[in-house]
Amino acid sequence: MGIISRAFSGRPREPDAKLPPGQYLVHDFPVLSAGPTPRVPLDRWEFSIDTAEGQVHRWSWEEFQALPQETPTVDLHCVTKWSKFGTGWKGVSLDVLMEDVESAAEYALAYSYGGYTTNLPLEDLLDGKAWIVHEYDGEELAPAHGGPARLLVPHLYLWKSAKWIKGLRLLDEDWPGFWETAGYHNYGDPWREQRYQGD
Amino acid sequence: MIKRLNWRVATLVSTRQETPTARTLVFDVPGWPGHLPGQHVDVRLTAPDGYSTQRSYSIANASSEDRLELTVQTVGDGEVSPYLTEVLEPGDQIELRGPVGGWFVWRPHSSPPVLLVGGGSGIVPLMAMVRSRGKSDTPFRLLYSLRDPGQLFYADELEKVMAGVEVAYLYTRIAPPDAGRAAGRLQAADLIAYGWPPETAPDVYVCGPTGFVEAAADLLTGLGHDPAKIRTERFGPTGG
Amino acid sequence: MDYQDGNALAGPLSEIFTLDVTVAQGTCAGCGLRGPLAGLHVYGAAPGLVARCPGCEEVVLTLVRGPKDVWLDMRGAVSLRIPVTE
Ligand SMILES: Cc1cc2nc3c(=O)[nH]c(=O)nc-3n(C[C@H](O)[C@H](O)[C@H](O)COP(=O)(O)OP(=O)(O)OC[C@H]3O[C@@H](n4cnc5c(N)ncnc54)[C@H](O)[C@@H]3O)c2cc1C
Ligand SMILES: [Zn+2]
Repeated sequence: MGIISRAFSGRPREPDAKLPPGQYLVHDFPVLSAGPTPRVPLDRWEFSIDTAEGQVHRWSWEEFQALPQETPTVDLHCVTKWSKFGTGWKGVSLDVLMEDVESAAEYALAYSYGGYTTNLPLEDLLDGKAWIVHEYDGEELAPAHGGPARLLVPHLYLWKSAKWIKGLRLLDEDWPGFWETAGYHNYGDPWREQRYQGD
Repeated sequence: MIKRLNWRVATLVSTRQETPTARTLVFDVPGWPGHLPGQHVDVRLTAPDGYSTQRSYSIANASSEDRLELTVQTVGDGEVSPYLTEVLEPGDQIELRGPVGGWFVWRPHSSPPVLLVGGGSGIVPLMAMVRSRGKSDTPFRLLYSLRDPGQLFYADELEKVMAGVEVAYLYTRIAPPDAGRAAGRLQAADLIAYGWPPETAPDVYVCGPTGFVEAAADLLTGLGHDPAKIRTERFGPTGG
Repeated sequence: MDYQDGNALAGPLSEIFTLDVTVAQGTCAGCGLRGPLAGLHVYGAAPGLVARCPGCEEVVLTLVRGPKDVWLDMRGAVSLRIPVTE
């Protein structure tokens, strides 16, 4: 650690016993960006799931909106160390989207408008653990936060919750994504502080 | 394992208020190796709980000096700049890494004319070039875009007529009556009136908030300046 | 427009290189554009630094700083030409 700068505290942040190790609490919603923010018109938006067996399931914006919606309230943990409690979202559970998808795949690669990718074990997307969300805090999801729609997988570090989601590719073998090939942990469990490769 | 010299401890010696929201910080940095005009340092601040954050700041003073001067513009709601402009006091210490950056640099022995285009706090590294020019016979032209006369950095120094350095002030919101140009954003006409024609193949340095740099660089290439001769330093979305 | 120039990589890269690599000429694997690393577009508000080609916006390199390691990924550069002096 470096020398302490007198009277420097940085942006407001709090320790909290309910936080995963190494995290602090914020009340704003920081915007992270690794590239230009994609703007996706709703009439051209689609979400698809491709199986390892070569089937493609596809939803237009209207079809996606017509699916049963849920309103999860979850805590977010970003690998850059901020956490935010009690965020409210609206979207479709991956259980609903996967209902008619038949596949023996064990892994998924989420890919986004703009080229971002992130990988997850398929089971981490099922059983009420993940959603494709399009509303935050009662409002349509802003492009800066991943709108029109983003993946939400709150039990893993937030880089797994791909913004501007375009689809999921189901795979028999794990295929590391953007940050997973650049030094970050392959799984990213905040409670085990799996930030970097080797953690 | 690589063990490289990284962070130096700098002690604030004195400050100069440039505008109500910007000040120059003069640091003593033991072992400072000297710098080239245009280079920057990374500043690191650490809170008592171990939280730390870094930002880049251009070096403002002439390369011949052994102290280090930075000029920081307060960004509303910013994490680091208000600390540097309002909290840090003489005797306080911060950490910094540098000087770094070998691209956005003017080397005093180079001969083509120099065109400097700065927006807001983007004047800082350009001023280091002006100050380092000394008695060199390379002609300089500086286009300084600023919101209003109250935002002017280095007023006393720029006012003095410097032989071989022509300065044009481009006010974007409020121009003084004698400005000779209505307030407004940088335009191609400004670059034609106050810059160098592309045929003279000037070395061009553009610095400021990302949007300003983007616009200025587009105008310059539109006028026929060789993109390879245009060097840019984007301060980010805010950066004054 | 929340990016900076590749110049801003100079500090973080000085941790792992003795030479200033931002003056090196890189060639983009996406579109073939050649230019100094200092001319890349750097997005820093992210888990790491992401430098993109100013021509095609493809990722040229990423730099991730952990407490014990630095990861430099040059996924989008086909070559780097680094000026040296005798
Ligand atoms: C090479 C280089 C040289 C530079 N040289 C100079 C220089 O000479 N002088 C100078 O003044 N600047 C310079 N800058 C800009 C400087 O590095 C900083 O970006 C600037 O000082 C703002 O930092 P900050 O911490 O005050 O603001 P930040 O905290 O970074 O915030 C910037 C803006 O984003 C908003 N914001 C960011 N995060 C959050 C959040 N979590 N919640 C809410 N709002 C948020 C803030 O409200 C603010 O409007 C330079 C930049 C570069 C890259
Ligand atoms: Zn390219």
